[in-house]
Amino acid sequence: MAYAIQAVYFVAAVLFIYGLKQMSSPRTARRGIVWAGVGMFMAVVVTFFHPGLHGVGNYVLMFVAIAIGGGLALVTGKRVAMTDMPQMIALYNGMGGGAAAAIAALELIRHAPMTLTVQIIAVLGALIGTVAFSGSLIAFAKLQGLQRKAVRYPRQQVVNMAVFAVSVALGVVVAFSGAGYSDAVLVFFFFLALAAGVMMTLPIGGADMPVVISLFNALTGLAVGFEGFVLGNPAMMIAGIVVGAAGTLLTQLMARAMNRSLAKVLFSDFGGAAAQETGGSAEGHLKPIEANDAGAMLAYADKVIIVPGYGMAVAQAQHKIWELAELLAERGVTVKFAIHPVAGRMPGHMNVLLAEAGVPYDMILDLDEINNEFVSADVALVIGANDVTNPAARTNPDSPIYGMPILNVDKAKNVIVIKRGQGTGFSGVENPLFYADNTRMLYGDGQRVAGELIQAVKSM
Amino acid sequence: MIEGFVALYIFMLAAFTGYEVISKVPVILHTPLMSGSNFIHGIVLVGAMIALGHAQNGVEQFVGFVGVLLAASNVVGGYVVTERMLGMFKPRDKGDK
Repeated sequence: MAYAIQAVYFVAAVLFIYGLKQMSSPRTARRGIVWAGVGMFMAVVVTFFHPGLHGVGNYVLMFVAIAIGGGLALVTGKRVAMTDMPQMIALYNGMGGGAAAAIAALELIRHAPMTLTVQIIAVLGALIGTVAFSGSLIAFAKLQGLQRKAVRYPRQQVVNMAVFAVSVALGVVVAFSGAGYSDAVLVFFFFLALAAGVMMTLPIGGADMPVVISLFNALTGLAVGFEGFVLGNPAMMIAGIVVGAAGTLLTQLMARAMNRSLAKVLFSDFGGAAAQETGGSAEGHLKPIEANDAGAMLAYADKVIIVPGYGMAVAQAQHKIWELAELLAERGVTVKFAIHPVAGRMPGHMNVLLAEAGVPYDMILDLDEINNEFVSADVALVIGANDVTNPAARTNPDSPIYGMPILNVDKAKNVIVIKRGQGTGFSGVENPLFYADNTRMLYGDGQRVAGELIQAVKSM
Repeated sequence: MIEGFVALYIFMLAAFTGYEVISKVPVILHTPLMSGSNFIHGIVLVGAMIALGHAQNGVEQFVGFVGVLLAASNVVGGYVVTERMLGMFKPRDKGDK
């Protein structure tokens, strides 16, 4: 039996890697998750027959826990709107981190004899998993709007560092004292690790949240891999470390797209008071436009580039926008979608929404692919995007987003910005694009405005 | 049990694999991929089940129960969400809606 179980774990590990590989191309992505799912299902089923498991009570608890946890996740996962996906990923990821921490906690409260290496890895996994758990919950709360403001106070980094350092110190005590550590120290260790995760996530501005979620995803993977080592379970080790490495790369790609080092994301005060002081330097005035006039501009253009942002997600405007794009395409207008890597709340967030609306993925272009095309575009239609179009990132060294690669929307002949109201974006930085001579502001809810534009174009 | 250096080799090879597999991913798949990798570390459920199955007393059972509960939502939630997102990707010309 043990051989059969190990064989299934091996197959599962192969399927995870194969699935991940398939998920890296749009054509095969759907199959990828199914293969990974098959691997997971097999691995879970054979685990019921794992040697050494005992007690009817334990089995009952197992079934009940899987039924409750799986059931709740099934319902929430099916119901959640596409726009809310990022926070759900954060939430489920936090659950995984918590589970890894729970495994470590179980091994440690048992005071099971472990070799020093195993004990260090167990404690390390516990620390990482716990931080990922509480940090992800805060990230979820922020994106869900439960906790809107970034919490900041003087010397915060010092306090955070102190809390983290003490939890690490307690972890060292636990790791190096054999079976001799006291339960109080263990409890205190977990408590401080929880606090550290909360405290380090609280001050991070919403604009940086994608990077943070990705980081926690990588951390959870790492914690799972470490606890896999503790349990001597190669499937957990491989899956966990693969995710840890992949997640780390993804985090770097994201941070690079925003031109921010990971250290800055975690330890600076971006998007807070500092941003507002330096950001208010835009000159000129905003020039509003009516939907009819905007519709005419679009209808008689040769080339239109649509730049969606989080505003489109909030307004659920993706279907209307695609309808508008199809309408324009029928009139012979070349329509393209330009997506900034960090538009929305997560990289690829906009692509998911546009895919939901039915936009073929070959009409959707990356920053690098599209940026030279703005010069030849008659109209750039910006819907609910702000910071990713802000020319201050190129021109104003004082701006907090200076140096971030942006979509060169301002190079288009005309720019129409659909925006809910005046005011700054998610990061609180003023956007000079809105004041530019070739920019017109179209105020209103994204979905309603898109509907008006459709009517306007139809009536041409 | 997996001994010292064997474990180190597994860690090393798995890390390179993860790095390589994901390095050619287009931006449009970043969110689904993060979600997919989130699902894959749901394998922690296997570990949580083993840990709970070894529980000896009430405290251990409680901690193990919480672990399995959390891990199960990681697995199921991760799968459902990823599958929903990827289900929406379709090439042009393949039927309109």
